[in-house]
Amino acid sequence: MSSELMIEMKNVHKWFGELHVLNDINLEINKGEKIVICGPSGSGKSTLIRCINRLEEHQRGNIIVEGTELTNDSRSIERIRGEVGMVFQQFNLFPHLSILDNCSLAPIWVRKLPKAEAKEKAMEYLKRVQIDDQAHKYPAQLSGGQQQRAAIARALCMEPRIMLFDEPTSALDPEMIKEVLDVMVGLAQGGMTMIVVTHEMGFAKEVADSIIFMDEGQIVEAKNPKDFFDNPESERTKTFLSQIL
Amino acid sequence: MSTANKEIGPPVIELGAMGWLRKNLFSNWYNSLLTIFGLYLLYVLIPPLVNWIFLDANFVGSTRDDCTNEGACWIFIQQNIKLIFYGLYPTEELWRINFVYLILLISGAYLLIPNLKHKGWVGAFLLVIFPIICVVMLSGGLGLEAVETRLWGGLFLTLVIAGVGIVLSLPIGVMLALGRRSKLPVVSILCTIFIEIWRGVPLITVLFMASNMFPLFMPEGVNFDKLIRALIGVMFFSAAYLAEVVRGGLQAMPKGQYEASQAVGLTYWRMMALVILPQSLKMVIPAIIGSFIAIFKDTTLVLVIGLFDFLGIIQFVGTNPDWLGFSHEGYVFAAAVFWVFCYAMSWYSQRLEKKLDTGR
Repeated sequence: MSSELMIEMKNVHKWFGELHVLNDINLEINKGEKIVICGPSGSGKSTLIRCINRLEEHQRGNIIVEGTELTNDSRSIERIRGEVGMVFQQFNLFPHLSILDNCSLAPIWVRKLPKAEAKEKAMEYLKRVQIDDQAHKYPAQLSGGQQQRAAIARALCMEPRIMLFDEPTSALDPEMIKEVLDVMVGLAQGGMTMIVVTHEMGFAKEVADSIIFMDEGQIVEAKNPKDFFDNPESERTKTFLSQIL
Repeated sequence: MSTANKEIGPPVIELGAMGWLRKNLFSNWYNSLLTIFGLYLLYVLIPPLVNWIFLDANFVGSTRDDCTNEGACWIFIQQNIKLIFYGLYPTEELWRINFVYLILLISGAYLLIPNLKHKGWVGAFLLVIFPIICVVMLSGGLGLEAVETRLWGGLFLTLVIAGVGIVLSLPIGVMLALGRRSKLPVVSILCTIFIEIWRGVPLITVLFMASNMFPLFMPEGVNFDKLIRALIGVMFFSAAYLAEVVRGGLQAMPKGQYEASQAVGLTYWRMMALVILPQSLKMVIPAIIGSFIAIFKDTTLVLVIGLFDFLGIIQFVGTNPDWLGFSHEGYVFAAAVFWVFCYAMSWYSQRLEKKLDTGR
């Protein structure tokens, strides 16, 4: 694997009021790496990935994405958001637009692609997540699993170099989780750099290069899947694993 | 399933007209009482009204002496129709107003017919070129004789004030709503102050200020047209109300919509124009149309600054010695015309809501 550095976080801190949600986060992620972040709720895992595309602002330390440091400069934020795609727990599709328009909106207005080309590309990605037959429906007409796959296609249409997943299967009915995970596995096999916040340990075992366990705003443990599940060091990790496995 | 079950149908009493009556009008003793009382009220009110408006009314003739029947004297309206519709606008120039109506009617109808092409261009024409045509045609210029706005009046003036107020107040209201929610404190405070001042003052005060106070502050010789001053007053007044309506819609938007727009790289204005406003405006269509209807009816207040709108001119015509004593006819006619316009807006809003509904 090449070792081109994609994301670098150095001594990152963040507070919500008095609450120390990110406490001295240090992280390096190379091109093509798949990182799974897990941990109890409120441990800061969502906040961590939301800092990477500036949905949350970090207050101390440095975050460098593909050589661009995240600052208050809106140009740096725009550039980084162009490289980083995100998938949300609640899908957050645009309900007033068809699935196809959801996918082609940003390519047309941000990437300035001609309409026809953007739609063509959107269809391509919708085909890849196997809902091209739903392209002209509205989000409300789709099942949860289909909506989440559409949301993944929407993010991919911007041709990002990094994908962030914030608990992508937590809001889904059990029988729909697999169809979304399958898409994510396919994406991982295609070499995408991915950071996934999830409790799907099966997925973590299968694709993760490294699993990060967070608690109380800190990275407690970061290991490859085998070591993570077989030899967890910290007590907190062991407790967590015993609860979810 | 046993055959016996098939023979049991629903109780006959719940089906058909009798069932409906029983369920909706006579379900218990006090509902029955209310139904009977309601029927009695209709019996007392409707026949005399129908008699007065239609059956006993006078439709043909040219003077008050032709009104020999007991009912309404519609000849009064008929004889003054030019004043009521156009005010004192010169008769030989009336075609200019009618021409503007015609353009509006044709392009409006075009937009209402479903599935026609180039609707965007027609809409753009209405918003950009049509206003210019209006100004030139109505007030004069380019070889057309100038018609001073003090001659404007009647339904025509009502439509001008309401139309300009409605069309301009929506974008201003949207900008004020966005401004009030801005993260920049100066913008937010200024917008809040602006909104609260306009909302805190009665429209009648705004109109008085525009008409009487405003000229005092202007340097000598500078003279703004009174109609324009009234238009600006109505516009800002309406915009302040709309701003709060739109802000309600913005606040109802889930945070995820903002985050998803940002995550795909949309800038603030694109996010607002493409994702947030289309959804939040759709949510508040009923309230927006409510505001429009209110402003349409409030235009009648311009009478206090000496502009003769539709209602004003009907009252004025009623003071003509030839036609004294026909104010009932005038008010009923005014009510009917106002109702038609307001109901049209209401109908359009329901249609729009249905058309834009994509589920949620």
